[in-house]
Amino acid sequence: MSKPEAKKVDRRKFLAGVAVVGAAAVTADSARAAVLPNGQIAPVAPSALRPSTLMAQVDNGVHAPPAALGTHAGLTQGRPGSDYMLDVIKSLNIDYVVTNPASSCRGLHDSIVTYGDNKKPELITAMHEESATAMAHGYFKASGKPMIALCHGTVGLQHAAMAVYNAWCDRAPVIMMIGNSLDATQRRPGVPTTHSVQDPGSLIRDFTKWDDQPTSLGHFGESMVRAYRIALTPPYEPVLIVMDEDLQEKGFAADAFPVIPKFVMPTAAAGDPNGVREAARMLVAAENPVIVADRAARSQNGVNLLVQLAELLQATVIDQGGRMNFPNLHPLYARGGGPIATADVVLGLELTDFFGTVNNFTDSAEVTQGPRVKPGTKLISIGMGDVYIRANYQDFQRYQPVDIAIGADAEATLPMLVEYVKAEITAARRAVIDKRGQAAAAAFANSADRMRTDAAGGAWNATPISTARLSAELWAAIKNEDWALVARDQSVSFWPHRMWNFSKYHQYIGHSGGAGVGYGLPAAVGGALAHKANGRLAVNIQPDGDCMYAPGALWTAAHHNIPLLTVMHNNRAYHQETMHLQRMATWRERRVDRWKIGTTIENPNMNFAKLAESMGVVGIGPIENPNDLAPALKRALEVVKSGEPVLVDVVAQPR
Amino acid sequence: MKRILLSVAALAGAAAFFAFSNAPIAEAAQAQGDVARGQAAFERIGCWACHGHQGQGGSTGPKIAPNPLAFPAFSGFVRTTSGEMPPFTARVLPDQDLRDIHAFLMSVPAAPAVATIPLLQ
Repeated sequence: MSKPEAKKVDRRKFLAGVAVVGAAAVTADSARAAVLPNGQIAPVAPSALRPSTLMAQVDNGVHAPPAALGTHAGLTQGRPGSDYMLDVIKSLNIDYVVTNPASSCRGLHDSIVTYGDNKKPELITAMHEESATAMAHGYFKASGKPMIALCHGTVGLQHAAMAVYNAWCDRAPVIMMIGNSLDATQRRPGVPTTHSVQDPGSLIRDFTKWDDQPTSLGHFGESMVRAYRIALTPPYEPVLIVMDEDLQEKGFAADAFPVIPKFVMPTAAAGDPNGVREAARMLVAAENPVIVADRAARSQNGVNLLVQLAELLQATVIDQGGRMNFPNLHPLYARGGGPIATADVVLGLELTDFFGTVNNFTDSAEVTQGPRVKPGTKLISIGMGDVYIRANYQDFQRYQPVDIAIGADAEATLPMLVEYVKAEITAARRAVIDKRGQAAAAAFANSADRMRTDAAGGAWNATPISTARLSAELWAAIKNEDWALVARDQSVSFWPHRMWNFSKYHQYIGHSGGAGVGYGLPAAVGGALAHKANGRLAVNIQPDGDCMYAPGALWTAAHHNIPLLTVMHNNRAYHQETMHLQRMATWRERRVDRWKIGTTIENPNMNFAKLAESMGVVGIGPIENPNDLAPALKRALEVVKSGEPVLVDVVAQPR
Repeated sequence: MKRILLSVAALAGAAAFFAFSNAPIAEAAQAQGDVARGQAAFERIGCWACHGHQGQGGSTGPKIAPNPLAFPAFSGFVRTTSGEMPPFTARVLPDQDLRDIHAFLMSVPAAPAVATIPLLQ
């Protein structure tokens, strides 16, 4: 039996601590609001909805410990350490732990399903660690709450690594937890030792924000709460906590569990007022300012603030789609990146790739590149990219010189920028701005007409089914529902963003971040799990190649009754690669008919409806005639409304 | 090297222009195109990968049918482009195949009028 660790929980002191922390949080918010310009007390925009742990922390303190265990040497002597670990997790108000079961995590696994009665957190079974991580990734973006991905040490984390990189690039605070056995004298020989590692965090340290391998329960408590806080301090990023197997499994005296450290939700860093004021002056003075947003909005509040800023300036907004930043039917929404070419000031908000935003790069036999903006165009950057950066992986993209660089969180900075812009607009500028707005509205109306013409001319009645037709039929089926797209729409030529009405933050979760294939289906399942709590219809447009990396996610959806409408974009190829192969052959003047070798998914063709059914998901299709789409989607909607997942296999045009 | 390549591309473009600026010859060449063979070539060499099976275009390539460019301009572009679309020289895409592909694109029926499609209203 281990010696007692630290102090036991004193509920009275714990509650007092929670109250103090809560008061401190309120004070901190008030202080931040008072910093706004020229001594004015600007109205404080409503805070982003952040997950609260206060009630979970209070609730956690009232659990009575189970009866003492360990009546003989063959039993655990005392309370298992993993019960304390679960207490800490519960204090963070985690709803789900998604796992592919692993012996190195067996202690915590047991605590979740027995001591914790599999409630808050509930265990979700994934069929691959990469899928588990992607589910946690998608879940966060749809819910705003982190989920834990619980993986086997070494091989499990190796499986998960690509998905962690996606989360890193996409700024998603996935909480990775793995098991590991540090003490060579205590771990089982053979495979368990093969699966042990001195420094598991090194495997993903280049693309996680923080990791630790605690060696005591007190250490675990501190590190778990610290990890959660770090992950949720913008920029959100994944973290890793390694649970020592021995620490999970050994028993502790009934009063030996340490106090659970208190937690308060961190606030985001807003920009330096001088820099923000200068940016406001530049924007107001511009003749044609353009706003570009990638992961600017972290909540509906971010969307609202961006709308407010755009309308104040009557500036066109290019939403690069890392998140839902701006309503796509707003007259200032740009359909495509064209406005960059005529901008005299570009405001980049949390851009992943500012260089690529303002420069052309042609992938030709001899690379050509050059500016996409006019000479003299001023560039303003607001984002955490320069504040938080790592050297090895190149997700930070090429260096782009700018005129004003504000190292701060965009959403947290927008209230200040809005106030400064208001202060800078004179009556004369107001007239210029209003005129600009009228031109933008006219251009937007024209683009809407062009969309309809393009859709009709886009092989509307063709087989394979056009991506425009697929998107239009799907929109007709869901538009009167409370829907959310839990997938990217790039593979279908962004037709949903041209046709549908995205107005709320939760209606779009962006993309994988790192473009690691195999993200789509499990992330959609994670997103659907989040939307299930609100009775929201989750819709996934699923590329076929991506699906086959992790088809087991379908089983997870069926097993856990996660309603998800998946519509396959089945173009029977790793389509992007077909184009690369053609490019190689033409540059080299070789056979251009060989591109199918190694890039297509045909002969035999996949039957995704049967694949779905094999895993307990209702499968419909394959649908090859566009006139069959509407009835298929109607049936699918009935299934998903009953609370079950459904998949419609649509054989479609490549893009 | 880049300058040389651009010059070569310009010369090739000019050559293509002059080669097809003779209208009767161009018309005759176009007339020789075979729709069925053109569709097969369009599929075989994978034009559809970027432009769609009906040449309707998408996020990876522009719309090229119905109503494709006239053959001289079409041929000149295919042979000499140096942008995102790689140039298809006569070594990899014989003239007859190119004429057939153009004939296929010419055969793609006109799109239905937007007003006749309820989903687009």
